[in-house]
Amino acid sequence: MAAFTITVNGEKRTVDVDGEMPLLWVLRDELDLKGTKFGCGIAQCGACTVHINGTPVRSCVTPIAAVGEAEVTTIEGIGADPVGKKVQEAWLELDVPQCGYCQAGQIMSATALLSKNAQPNDKDIDNAMSGNICRCATYTRIRAAIKQAAGLPTADSREV
Amino acid sequence: MARTSTLEQATATTAVQAMPESGPAAISRRTFLTVSAAAGGGLLLGFTLPQLAKANGAAAAPLNAFVRIARDGIVTIIAKSPEVGQGVKNMLPMLIAEELDVAWKNVRIEQAKLDPVYGPQFAGGSFSTPMHWDSLRRVGAAGRHMLVTAAAQTWGVPAEECETSEGVVRHKGSGKTLTYGELAAKAARLKAPDPNSLKLKDPKDYKIIGQPLPGVDNPLIVEGKPLFGIDVKVPGMRHAVFQKSPVVGSRIVSANIDEIKALPGVRNAFIVRGADDNGLPDGMSVTVLEGVAIVADSWWVAERARQKLKIEWAENPIATQSSKSFAEQAERLSKEAPTKVVRKDGDVDAALGRAAKTVEAAYAYPFLSHATLEPQNCTAHYKNGKVEIWAPTQMPDRGRALVASTLGIKPEDVTIHLIRCGGGFGRRLANDYMVEAAVISKMQGEPVKLVWNRTDDMRHDMYRPAGFHYFKAGLDADGKLIAFRDHFVTFGEGDKVASSAEITENEFPARFVDNLEIGMSLIPLGIPTGPLRAPGSNGLAFAFGSFMDELAHAAGKDPLEFLLEVFGEPRVLEAPPPAFGMRMPPFDVGRARGVLELVREKSGWGQRQLPKGTGMGVAFYYSHMGYFAEVVQVTAGPQGIKLDKIWVAGDVGSQIINPSMAKNQCEGAALDGIGECFQEITIEGGSVVQSNLHEYPLLRMNQAPPVEVHFRLSDAPPTGLGEPALPPAIPALCNAIFAATGQRVRKLPIKLTDFRIT
Ligand code: FES
Ligand code: FES
Repeated sequence: MAAFTITVNGEKRTVDVDGEMPLLWVLRDELDLKGTKFGCGIAQCGACTVHINGTPVRSCVTPIAAVGEAEVTTIEGIGADPVGKKVQEAWLELDVPQCGYCQAGQIMSATALLSKNAQPNDKDIDNAMSGNICRCATYTRIRAAIKQAAGLPTADSREV
Repeated sequence: MARTSTLEQATATTAVQAMPESGPAAISRRTFLTVSAAAGGGLLLGFTLPQLAKANGAAAAPLNAFVRIARDGIVTIIAKSPEVGQGVKNMLPMLIAEELDVAWKNVRIEQAKLDPVYGPQFAGGSFSTPMHWDSLRRVGAAGRHMLVTAAAQTWGVPAEECETSEGVVRHKGSGKTLTYGELAAKAARLKAPDPNSLKLKDPKDYKIIGQPLPGVDNPLIVEGKPLFGIDVKVPGMRHAVFQKSPVVGSRIVSANIDEIKALPGVRNAFIVRGADDNGLPDGMSVTVLEGVAIVADSWWVAERARQKLKIEWAENPIATQSSKSFAEQAERLSKEAPTKVVRKDGDVDAALGRAAKTVEAAYAYPFLSHATLEPQNCTAHYKNGKVEIWAPTQMPDRGRALVASTLGIKPEDVTIHLIRCGGGFGRRLANDYMVEAAVISKMQGEPVKLVWNRTDDMRHDMYRPAGFHYFKAGLDADGKLIAFRDHFVTFGEGDKVASSAEITENEFPARFVDNLEIGMSLIPLGIPTGPLRAPGSNGLAFAFGSFMDELAHAAGKDPLEFLLEVFGEPRVLEAPPPAFGMRMPPFDVGRARGVLELVREKSGWGQRQLPKGTGMGVAFYYSHMGYFAEVVQVTAGPQGIKLDKIWVAGDVGSQIINPSMAKNQCEGAALDGIGECFQEITIEGGSVVQSNLHEYPLLRMNQAPPVEVHFRLSDAPPTGLGEPALPPAIPALCNAIFAATGQRVRKLPIKLTDFRIT
């Protein structure tokens, strides 16, 4: 066990854990930030996506000891980012979720995409989002919401 | 058309208890009786949350078990059933709110606990809509009636002279008004009316039903607020992992418990003995399988300790079972006569003898896992002979019964909180993880949250059973289908067919071909099976839907035309017998034709000149009372197959209650069907080979084509949408691959890269 001080959503937090403990479990069990989800533990599903210095990473395979001074942003803090806020609003407006379990990770990946590429095309969306599984397969809406957040024309499939 | 699937039989237990009489009227009467017994009674005091009352500036008056109204007009409606992502937390309260006649913006939704006052509380079989369409609208109408009566009494005028609009009662003559908030306390003291005496709204006056209302939990979801089972936290809670045998149900000979206990951060470790009657192999009855529990202050510490765990497992007879041996047995059985005749019409052999053309084909599909994105988990707190449970479950009352019998306590001493599920797909109709958590909490003497890792989840599922179909059919000189035979080799023993491995006597084209036989042979199985979204149908649709396409091509006919021809003229067939206390609607040929015609129009089927390598496939399937026809378009190239688009046409009755979630469900279900084409669970040595998502591919964004959904409205009462859009997507894809490449898919899973054309 050792003390680690990391910056999460702009705040310094100190935890006393094993250095191998993945960031995912530090966030969930030590810091009580439950928004970041566990799906596979092996970087396959993207449910645990957070930003480290703005880059999307899979927190389930990121040991706490590797985080260091970097800025960690989670779904709980992404609304403070103007792009993150837009993405959240688009998700609400297009009623994206089914079960909702994957959506924190989807929003984190979508925000990272739009922060780098304000006008993504379908291929860009495929590339940025294919690491995030939605078991309910809300992909039609996720794609539409990313375009909506980018101010691009989008298919709204909410009406019959 | 597997209507009485195993899932439905499973839900039957729940439904039957709550609905001793049959028919929707009986359901509503029953619901209502409990409602009226509760109205204004002490039973509901617990629901008047102090903080809510304070926030609203006054106590909220309960009108019935589902509705309470605060003085400021804020209406709280109880969402009675488990939310698994199918949208019932919105949809069911919408039915009440519509007839209560309140503005949706003034509605607050609260999740119910498991409580008999609400009637059946389960999420399965796409039953939420047909079971509640009538009864919950009447709950709302009864509330409205009581509010109107209260207003009329206050004014001393006949109730008939009063009207309502969005939470306000108005006297037509004088123009006087009173808000529901002002009337609620008085209304709550009135006797509830007979629900069947109430007149329901004309659908053209609907203000809430038919609106695309966003999910009530969406704001919490996008901000990452705790919401799911895995997020539950109770005071003093420990974290647990539970290691079971990869060969399902093996007993423990020895385990290095002391070594595990000594690891840093580990609080405790112990063997949990498996129940003698552990429920196997019926996945939904599984209670406790033997294993080792490790308890720690955080989940990861317990999980890491598991890597040091050494268990010697006892020999287990099912270790001889494997997917390979199942396929060999199926091949052998296919050469013999079926052991069970499911249906026999006319004389198939004679008709085959005079057929101008016969077609023979063998189809096979594998076991599948549910792989809900949220792994199975449950939090339990056992104390003094009672247990409180926080569970993401689709069938809480069955969980309660299993927990009570396993712990030897009374069902009343099991409290279950219904927690939002990170996906269900049928997996959480079983409650094995709930029983485990309860037992571990009891043994630990503390509240415990048990979370399975992905490998636990994939290796301890109740799998969609594999299946093998040996078809032979005959066409006459005009290409008319005159003979059809299926020998279905599936799983079970003696008379007992494994859970979700059934076929019914009405599987299409049964009833549309004069000479038809469906027979079954069974392979013994020790691996638990159970319902996966559209159970039965998800495998049968592939085999039957693909073989019908083969027949169309053999007949030299357009596959969509061929289906219409087999269906024949619009007519309504004889209704199947009631199942689990509910009248089952008859099959309506007009509705089947209707969705085929709709998908033809919307997809431009047969209208467009397709480039070389591009093909369209069509399929129809009826399940869960819903009629669905789907077209898939694919393009084959040097890299393999690319999916271009899916068109879905569905008929689920007269009304789409919440179009936004309805379309979301159909898009998701069609894509779920596509995803299943690439998945496989294999059994070797009695255990599941796949351990995580790298070996069990779930559909990803770059593989998901656009989906276009269209509904055809018909006269029938609305039915559910969680499942019926799934099955036809599978054969539609396979038929499109044939259209594009000339290669027929007779075995799942497939790899899209295997179908290349240059
Ligand atoms: S939990 Fe990290 S990628 Fe799945
Ligand atoms: S909404 Fe259920 S996993 Fe994405």
